[in-house]
Amino acid sequence: MNQPLMLTAAQKAGPKVTIAVGVVILAVLLALPLLSLLPADSALHVSAYTLTLVGKILCYAIVALALDLVWGYAGMLSLGHGLFFALGGYAMGMYLMRQASGEGLPAFMTFLSWTELPWYWVGTEHFLWALCLVVLAPGLLALAFGFFAFRSRIKGVYFSIMTQALTFAGMLLFFRNETGFGGNNGFTNFRSILGFGITEPGTRAVLFLATVLLLVASLYIGWRLAQSKFGRVLTALRDAENRLMFCGYDPRGFKLFVWVLSAVLCGLAGALYVPQVGIINPSEMSPTNSIEAAVWVALGGRGTLIGPLLGAGVVNGMKSWFTVAFPEYWLFFLGALFIIVTLYLPKGIIGLLKKKGEQ
Amino acid sequence: MKRRSLIKAFTLTASIAAMGLTWTVQAAETIKVGILHSLSGTMAISETSLKDMALMTIDEINAKGGVNGKMLEAVVVDPASNWPLFAEKGRQLLTQDKVAVVFGCWTSVSRKSVLPVFEELNGLLFYPVQYEGEEMSPNVFYTGAAPNQQAIPAVEYLMSEEGGSAKRFFLLGTDYVYPRTTNKILRAFLQSKGVADKDIEEVYTPFGHSDYQTIVANIKKFSAGGKTAVISTVNGDSNVPFYKELANQGLKATEVPVVAFSVGEEELRGIDTKPLVGNLAAWNYFQSVENPVNAKFVADWKAYAKAKNLPGADKAVTNDPMEATYVGIHMWAQAVEKAKSTDVDKVREALAGQTFAAPSGYTLTMDKTNHHLHKPVMIGEIQSDGQFSVVWQTEGPIRAQPWSPYIPGNDKKPDHAVKSN
Amino acid sequence: MPTALHRLILACLLLLPLAAHAGDAEDFLAANPTQQAKLLQDWAAQPDPARVELINSLQQGQLTVNGETKTVRLNNRLRGLINNVQASQQLLATEPKVRLAAAQQLQKSATPAQLKFLDQQLANEADDDVHSALSLALANLQLVDSDPAVRLAAVRLLGDTGDPLARTRLEALLAPGVEADAAVHTAAETSLAQVKRKLLVGEMLGQAFSGMSLGSILLLAALGLAITFGLLGVINMAHGEMLMLGAYSTYVVQLLMQRYVPQAIEFYPLIALPVAFFVTAGIGMVLERTVIRHLYGRPLETLLATWGISLMLIQLVRLVFGAQNVEVANPAWLSGGVQVLPNLVLPYNRIVIIAFALCVVVLTWLLLNKTRLGLNVRAVTQNRNMAACCGVPTGRVDMLAFGLGSGIAGLGGVALSQIGNVGPDLGQSYIIDSFLVVVLGGVGQLAGSVMAAFGLGIANKILEPQIGAVLGKILILALIILFIQKRPQGLFALKGRVID
Repeated sequence: MNQPLMLTAAQKAGPKVTIAVGVVILAVLLALPLLSLLPADSALHVSAYTLTLVGKILCYAIVALALDLVWGYAGMLSLGHGLFFALGGYAMGMYLMRQASGEGLPAFMTFLSWTELPWYWVGTEHFLWALCLVVLAPGLLALAFGFFAFRSRIKGVYFSIMTQALTFAGMLLFFRNETGFGGNNGFTNFRSILGFGITEPGTRAVLFLATVLLLVASLYIGWRLAQSKFGRVLTALRDAENRLMFCGYDPRGFKLFVWVLSAVLCGLAGALYVPQVGIINPSEMSPTNSIEAAVWVALGGRGTLIGPLLGAGVVNGMKSWFTVAFPEYWLFFLGALFIIVTLYLPKGIIGLLKKKGEQ
Repeated sequence: MKRRSLIKAFTLTASIAAMGLTWTVQAAETIKVGILHSLSGTMAISETSLKDMALMTIDEINAKGGVNGKMLEAVVVDPASNWPLFAEKGRQLLTQDKVAVVFGCWTSVSRKSVLPVFEELNGLLFYPVQYEGEEMSPNVFYTGAAPNQQAIPAVEYLMSEEGGSAKRFFLLGTDYVYPRTTNKILRAFLQSKGVADKDIEEVYTPFGHSDYQTIVANIKKFSAGGKTAVISTVNGDSNVPFYKELANQGLKATEVPVVAFSVGEEELRGIDTKPLVGNLAAWNYFQSVENPVNAKFVADWKAYAKAKNLPGADKAVTNDPMEATYVGIHMWAQAVEKAKSTDVDKVREALAGQTFAAPSGYTLTMDKTNHHLHKPVMIGEIQSDGQFSVVWQTEGPIRAQPWSPYIPGNDKKPDHAVKSN
Repeated sequence: MPTALHRLILACLLLLPLAAHAGDAEDFLAANPTQQAKLLQDWAAQPDPARVELINSLQQGQLTVNGETKTVRLNNRLRGLINNVQASQQLLATEPKVRLAAAQQLQKSATPAQLKFLDQQLANEADDDVHSALSLALANLQLVDSDPAVRLAAVRLLGDTGDPLARTRLEALLAPGVEADAAVHTAAETSLAQVKRKLLVGEMLGQAFSGMSLGSILLLAALGLAITFGLLGVINMAHGEMLMLGAYSTYVVQLLMQRYVPQAIEFYPLIALPVAFFVTAGIGMVLERTVIRHLYGRPLETLLATWGISLMLIQLVRLVFGAQNVEVANPAWLSGGVQVLPNLVLPYNRIVIIAFALCVVVLTWLLLNKTRLGLNVRAVTQNRNMAACCGVPTGRVDMLAFGLGSGIAGLGGVALSQIGNVGPDLGQSYIIDSFLVVVLGGVGQLAGSVMAAFGLGIANKILEPQIGAVLGKILILALIILFIQKRPQGLFALKGRVID
């Protein structure tokens, strides 16, 4: 059974180079929001468009990383991570809607002739409680689902399809107006966050920085996990769960921990995503979105920490570019890319880079 | 050894980041016009033809010498039926491509997604589809119908003797905001007309629902209780299975007419209409309307579809949102000529009270304050050839009420566009 | 032949005011819609054989005045009234079949003004079926008769029907202050209970049928996947697109037959079946040879590649056929339905699809269990290396099996085209359900997929009337998730001692 690539790469390249490159990328990402604060006519000015676009991709990158923790390391392919992402987004969206509506009810509720907030909205005007929700909503759902699923030893494709059913059910539920989350229109038209205008360049820059920091933190967690004994157990679990059990390990706890961690990371990413793109809607929970997240991971190279980030960046970057450059043909490029990568780059882009590096 | 690969990775990331920056503005001799319709994903089915219609209209204006002596240049992007992508593409059109105006969106959620962007950057959006109202942004001009320009006249017609004096109403919709709101308004309206709650049934289906057996059986059951009409706000794709089931279970329009608000000529292309003759749709325009402007409009579109080799060009049809797109672009061009500038504030001012002789056969006016078109309402009956024949229409264009008086609290809303803050 | 004579005399009597009829067409054309409605009501109360022609052409929306054919603009109200006049007229027809249909129409549409005429007809009616149908039509009107005895008889008669309209009428009668006569009131209550019971039977049967029908559709959608995913282990995200291509093949066949053999257009779905099968099987085999064969043993990566294939196929179809839905019409033998009970119509297309689904299942089972190819497929999927050692050409078997799965999906597409829309996104709406069916049934188990499809279909249709379509769907998904906790390998788990 092959070792996780990340470990191999880390052992070969040594921590120094990895850290050095990481610092460079980090520096660029940290510089972007600062450059966006420059006056618009400055040569180095980064437009709000670029900043939100990169910010969005970074959020996706966190999702890809979170998915990679469960898929690449623990071998459980989730086709429902969009649900956790959206739940985090909705939790943040609730706070933003309360900010926008001030004392009154959010606009879509007055519109439904509701006169008071449903119980699950209580306290969402407080940022801290919203943050708790961002963690708790996806975390508790993942805990409940994971507890039962791992107890029944649901594995492989069964697990994937069940997660897909879960996110599909979530999407249908949130589409309903009566559920109290704005139905198909979701939440839009945010005004401010913590009293700062959401369209202010400063707010944007801070949100961007927060995303970068979350990404770094996720990477750090992933790195520590991969290096620890815990990470090795996960890999063993992926490669031969039964043998692991015969060795006296109970895999359930390990699975559950990484599963919930992954869900919480997704929730956090969703929470940062919503104020940056300005909308959260049930279609984030559509199974297609979750499959796409799996595609990012596979494309970048699963079982590595950098791969998913690259995958998310490449796919979304291409999507943004193709949809303008070849509006009618871009799906061909995207489709072909997926096929070529699976056929010729089984270890993803990172595998290609690694091979080139070894030559 | 390791470094080269990582540098590559870095350049890749950087080039993605720079992608937004490299989109430079071209020659200043043209006026750029953004077109923001989904060409892929679930909404492509409806929005693709609006993109083509917009391109045709722009060609038409250019053939007459453009606007203010400048040619229009269309910038087409594909937001891929993805709502956050709508906001991103909207921002891109306004800030990177620096377009003067954007024509686009179909679903309400896509409009809601781009709205903050247009308000923030003071852009101009023309929205061509009927919708639930409850919105009036200074940065949007709504060329589709508000509920009082579509839903309420249709129900009035059904209640009239000529329309069959319906006493019971089965409100069927896809479960999302437009059907829910429309039905809420209709329920209040019906109650004001003395229809009891037991005579109104509201049923919703999930998106993409394709099994209407139970619902059609329920309609039958409900209709046994008195003269019934079905008011359908079923969303595009689900209509085909719904109508097929209606026809096959033998529910005829003479017994239970169905009036639909989202079924036009384009949707009927996918349905065998012979069993559906007599079912109704309410719009502000039908392809079958007879007048010289429409004759030219339809002929132009067919010729355009053929010339551009659009798929299914031999069966090309026009419909209400296409007409609204056409009217919107022309009105904007007229306003630009009047303002002698593409500046959003000046164009907005020039648009108030702008008129245009539309294919619907009426001279449509952009309202002086509320950013909505005055539109005539027509009820069409489905014919066996997939067209509608108009059975009823209003005397003339009526003014939109985006804030429906049937929703409590709306009486306090101002009758002019203010930012949604 | 006393009845024929009677009818003749009656017809003669009715012909008396003939002079007034000469200008019927002109009168109708000159009238406004309200007057037209009045005219039609009068005509219905006093049918006249001389108007047969007029009514027939009016039904087509045309009228002939002085040899000149004019188009009449009708609305639903007028169409309904015309049907009623037509029925009135047809009661005078000589064939009992026509009279029966007319009487059934009159049960729904007769107005009090027709009471006298119907009374006369009933007295002269010899055919038993027509007689009972007509007496029912009459009973509907007699509920407001001034004579309690007539009302009582009418109420009793209505109790024998399972007609939903009878229920409404009886309920109206039972409303406080309507019926004064105690005997009639009691009889109405009994009749109402009777009608309700009959309606309930119809509803239950209807629910069972719609559950079966939904199940058969799910089965057809999932069966191909049960092979490509269940047996070959390919997470085939392009399966939905095979359904879609099958449906588009049907469309193309319909189009070509319309153009070249319009006389045989009725049978286009039958021609479409082999065409769709071979088109999708061919595409499936090409995909297997070029892409999927490199990915055996890496199931999760097949997800990625087939997802890419699916995106490309969707966009390809969108470019070729347009993003809009295309029209696939039901041929006459698949249109309409058979009226089993007054409140139960079974559409022909659904009946045919249920039968077709069962046929496909049986054929697939035979193919997999009784042929050499099936044996090879099972051998390869159970143990590839061992099969290869025994001389099974695994590559060819893989290709054929994948082709078979795709072909069956194509057949499913033909069936789907008869009940739903045909557009580029068709496959996307079935892919999740298909995977759920296969997983719920147990991967690799044909019987499991069949059970799961029908189980889901029926469960869905039982839940839908109770809690609505949206919550019903959510609940079904939740139930599936819970069920899989109980049986992690699906309904039919593979028995074996193999462990990794």
